[in-house]
Amino acid sequence: MCLAIPARITQKLDGDMAVVDLGGVRKEVSLALIDGADVGDYVIVHVGYALSKLDPEEAARTLALFAEISEALPPQ
Amino acid sequence: MKYVDEFRDGEVARGLAAAIAQEAHPQRNYSFMEFCGGHTHAISRYGVTDLLPPNVRMIHGPGCPVCVLPIGRIDLAIQLALDRGVTICTYGDCLRVPASESLSLLKAKARGADIRMIYSAADALALARAEPQREVVFFAIGFETTTPPTALVIRQAKAEGIGNFSVLCNHVLTPAAISNILESPEVRQYGTVPLDGFVGPAHVSTVIGSQPYEFFAEEYRKPVVIAGFEPLDVMQAIRMLVRQVNEGRAEVENEFTRAVTREGNLKAQRLVGDVFELRRSFEWRGLGEVPYSALCIRREFAAHDAEAKFALEYRSVPDNKACECGAILRGVKKPQDCKLFATVCTPENPMGSCMVSSEGACAAHFTYGRFRDIPLVAAEG
Repeated sequence: MCLAIPARITQKLDGDMAVVDLGGVRKEVSLALIDGADVGDYVIVHVGYALSKLDPEEAARTLALFAEISEALPPQ
Repeated sequence: MKYVDEFRDGEVARGLAAAIAQEAHPQRNYSFMEFCGGHTHAISRYGVTDLLPPNVRMIHGPGCPVCVLPIGRIDLAIQLALDRGVTICTYGDCLRVPASESLSLLKAKARGADIRMIYSAADALALARAEPQREVVFFAIGFETTTPPTALVIRQAKAEGIGNFSVLCNHVLTPAAISNILESPEVRQYGTVPLDGFVGPAHVSTVIGSQPYEFFAEEYRKPVVIAGFEPLDVMQAIRMLVRQVNEGRAEVENEFTRAVTREGNLKAQRLVGDVFELRRSFEWRGLGEVPYSALCIRREFAAHDAEAKFALEYRSVPDNKACECGAILRGVKKPQDCKLFATVCTPENPMGSCMVSSEGACAAHFTYGRFRDIPLVAAEG
């Protein structure tokens, strides 16, 4: 139910609306619940509304941590 | 897809599994509850259970709004549609939830009720706007993630004066449900549900932030790690929980930093506060009446509150006697402990709510795990 997916804003429209790209699928969503989202930003979309902006630096940090863990693993 | 595929990498999962196995002390058991149905689904779908050492156990929590919705609330919607000729709009997940008299919203539709499946709350408002002669009721369910969009359409309906649009509000609150579990006799008194910590909600937390969980860490000494809904997020959160337990810490940690802050989405919180207020009590399937665990629409918006507009009166209806959804939602039983599981109760014909949504513990186990319970027997040759 709380399913939400990261999507990239490709175009801003009137009335807090925007077009997002979800792995090639384009969809109109509302940006009314967040502030300061721009074209190129990734937002988390739930039932047609962007709930938060995705922080690319934090995402990179989490992925770097994962990479560190798997590198520390002894080869099988 | 960016920010999805990277968090499903099998090689990295192997690394995280090895790290968890290394850090979990073999002489003790770890029991963690994943609150959200989204996590339950990810754990089942990606086989996370199989990647964990046997002494790290996951307990499914009640964080699936479809699963905790009691029969009586769906009955209200069905009555409105069948007896009052109202058009009910709702999210797809709600349509097959069993209600009284073997009905569901979908079966009511087959009897001629006007039930519409919508993707977004905005679709329900758009229908009311386009067809003013039609009385449209949006049957709204969900935790804090889904509440802000509902608040937005109620405010919009008032601003535009769309008189034929109202909301039957079933929005519930995550912290109240966590408190209820921590206060349950199974956890506090009997210890039949050992609980060492929580994997905290992903998208609920984008709205409410990580701050509301601090109370549970401090007051109940239970660690909470907020995690994204991808399998690597869940595994990293489990690893962080194991660490906290090992070090005797009980803190709120955030694995999902790419989307969750301590404060959450203040704009959405303000909007929800403007439109909704706390309900004195709300019935949850499995948990019973839980005080201050849900929201109702403020009086200023009563014209768009279906409960006020149609003078609806809630009547509690007991679940099917053989159905174990209640105990499963409290973490006391597993789906396979229920006699109905995978016999009369299947995703095609659900008897209980946990079999309805793909996030329900029963549906997730039915779809991805039910053959794990059957021991392999070599064929005689």
